[in-house]
Amino acid sequence: MGIVALFVFLLLHLSPGDPATIIAGDYASPADIARIRAQLGLDQPLHIQFTTWLMQLSRGDLGVSIFSNLPVSQLILQRVEPTLSLALTTLIFAIVVAIPLGILAAWKAGSWVDRTVMAFSVLGFSTPVFVLGYALIYIFALQLGLFPVQGFVSITDGIIPFLHRLVLPSITLSVIFIALFARITRASILEILNEDYIRTAKSKGLGERSILARHALPNAAVPIVTVIGIGFALLIGGVVVTESVYNIPGLGRLTVDAVLRRDYPVIQGIILVFSGLYVLINLIIDLLYVALDPRIRF
Amino acid sequence: MLKSIKNLAHSSTLFLLTFMGLASLAYADNTIRMVAHADLKNIDPIWTTAYITRNHGYMVYDTLFALDENFNPQPQMVENHTVSEDGLIYEFTLRKGLQWHDDKPVTAQDCVASLLRWGARDGMGQKLMDMMASLETMDTRTFRLTLKKPYGLVIDSLAKLSSNVPFMMPERLAKTDPFEQVPETIGSGPFKFIKDEWIPGVKVVYVKNEAYIPREEPASFAAGGKVVNVDRVEWLYIPDPATAMNALIAGEIDFFEVPPVDLLPIMESNPEIIIKPLPLGIQGWMRLNHLHPPFNNPAARQAMLWLVDQKNFLQAVIGNPEYFQTCPAFFGCGTPLETAIGSEPLMGHDMDRVRELFAEAGYDGSPIIVMQATDTPANSGAALMTAQLLREAGINVELQAMDWSTLTSRRAMTDPPSEGGWNIFITWWSGADIFNPITNIGVSGGCQDRAWFGWPCDEELEHLRHEYALATSSDAQFRIAEQIQKRAYEVVTYVNWGEFNTPFAYRNNLTGFLSSPVPFFWNVEKQ
Repeated sequence: MGIVALFVFLLLHLSPGDPATIIAGDYASPADIARIRAQLGLDQPLHIQFTTWLMQLSRGDLGVSIFSNLPVSQLILQRVEPTLSLALTTLIFAIVVAIPLGILAAWKAGSWVDRTVMAFSVLGFSTPVFVLGYALIYIFALQLGLFPVQGFVSITDGIIPFLHRLVLPSITLSVIFIALFARITRASILEILNEDYIRTAKSKGLGERSILARHALPNAAVPIVTVIGIGFALLIGGVVVTESVYNIPGLGRLTVDAVLRRDYPVIQGIILVFSGLYVLINLIIDLLYVALDPRIRF
Repeated sequence: MLKSIKNLAHSSTLFLLTFMGLASLAYADNTIRMVAHADLKNIDPIWTTAYITRNHGYMVYDTLFALDENFNPQPQMVENHTVSEDGLIYEFTLRKGLQWHDDKPVTAQDCVASLLRWGARDGMGQKLMDMMASLETMDTRTFRLTLKKPYGLVIDSLAKLSSNVPFMMPERLAKTDPFEQVPETIGSGPFKFIKDEWIPGVKVVYVKNEAYIPREEPASFAAGGKVVNVDRVEWLYIPDPATAMNALIAGEIDFFEVPPVDLLPIMESNPEIIIKPLPLGIQGWMRLNHLHPPFNNPAARQAMLWLVDQKNFLQAVIGNPEYFQTCPAFFGCGTPLETAIGSEPLMGHDMDRVRELFAEAGYDGSPIIVMQATDTPANSGAALMTAQLLREAGINVELQAMDWSTLTSRRAMTDPPSEGGWNIFITWWSGADIFNPITNIGVSGGCQDRAWFGWPCDEELEHLRHEYALATSSDAQFRIAEQIQKRAYEVVTYVNWGEFNTPFAYRNNLTGFLSSPVPFFWNVEKQ
């Protein structure tokens, strides 16, 4: 985390762009800009700025946005619910659809079922998210009027309005994850199905369903869980396009807006939070390995 | 078949939504939901010149004077004012019953403090402060402004339409350092800002100020009676224009402030959507760096006038001729100071003349650096056009792509282009900012000290701008403005690549929108 903090700080402060010139506006004189830079502490040497920021961090304070004057922690917290909601609904939907499809494709490997699932998988990988998003909006929101075009409603305003707004974005975003999870599931199960102990199970007369459910799937779970974990991490920070198409005020959009304005405290805060989340997700995945495969020890 | 499916889907959805308590999605309340042109990131319209914060200011604050649609200043918070015979002393009396959003009365002390804070930041305000000998309160409703010598723009300054607008704030807030943001938003304007509901990047909420007493005159631009007919206005930030358009078509929003021109045909074909052009256009600028070769030579700058063909630029950048017009006037077309004087090179477009003039300027083949802000489509397109035309003229061009934030930092650099500086960048200005020689910072010849980026240096221009400020009749102002434009074309302070328009789009259940370059929400009714 410390390395991330240093890297992010240096990357931001050594890249071109100056928030003071954006704040000062077009009429500002160089003296005005210099005064704003001084107010923001941007005229201090980099090591002083970095030390000040670290001192703030040690107190659990992520700082204050240069532009809105609001605490960075407040800005991030405002965006956590939409991001987590979208990530979780997407992930749940993708898992529910992809895992059975992957198992089915492996079970019927080489058949038309397998080929169809894999064709959909290729299509899912190849379709740009924004194309699918606009297509779903056109059909289900504008033509059929079944869902709203855009926006997010908090779960505190009711579970039904909350889910109603998340259906289209979750489907849009989950397509690529369905494709990914289905392929990984298929490949892992296929590999397991060629193992000796599966042949033994078959020779003992166990049914195919039982073999798949009790022997193949648990042993194929490690790579699947890894990919799901990585997918969750990606969903937390990297869904700017979907957030923009459906106007969901998530962390991805907050990051892009902050970068475009060079709102240093916000960018630094978000990246630190992201890096913390990534560490946490990886830890959870590692712990799941132990639960799924007793042979694994750390 | 499709119709049946749609009907079935509609019926089922309506039933479900009603059953699930989602009837509010139909938005049948008296709230205007608007997609603003940008996200409101900060709330102090004196601290920043951002248009979105200016528009926020108009919702919450009021002004002493305001501009009407004929570009004439009209009293707004001021009930009456007097000017001494020698033109040096102005006395202003505030209207009775003016009240801040925290229920305290508006006083002359508040206005004096607000003017001083504005005068520390705004260019026109600074000019007024330079001309001012004193500003003092007479009683709770009256204050006096005394000048060092007669100045023709006192009332025009107080009625300034665009950033920074001299908005009035309570004295305790107006005493905030002008380079720090005010900590809260307390105005006396027609709407109240609900800070608790403000989520930067998402939503800004205003509610009707029930205590506001509108003037009796009809509303016109920022002047006249600000009669509020809705309970609440929500500004939503939807960064994707296609999503905003779809939301407008679906009735999820009522108003789309800056729809891109390429999406207008879709909206125009919808009978429930009205497209309203703005009264003042947007002027495209090509700014040249006067400090370094080749544009430190007037011949090279003149060449750029002959290079630009406004119609071609606008066709490439905007596309639809309904939303652009060629316009040679430095102070905009359709404004009181519109004139074509001196514009022959700009309207002539002659590539042979371009080559001759570059040769005359002694151009040595060094690369000309054109900064291209790729995240602002109009600027990016015009930069590409500029580079292409220069290449056709045999000029060595280096087109440097960057985002707008980087460009705003880089344009302040006075170093030679080979050492991180620049030769050309593209930008645009709202007509509300450029319609006179004082607010149009592009015609300043104030050198590195006072001129805008590019730093034209011309004593005659500065003298003429000063004369304009002192002129007290509109005839005299127009004559001086003509001389300024003529001289600006000789110096080539900037190359005007044409005027374009970004209309408002809104649903036909809204009526009463004023024709104005700023979206005002008074006078508007929602059926």
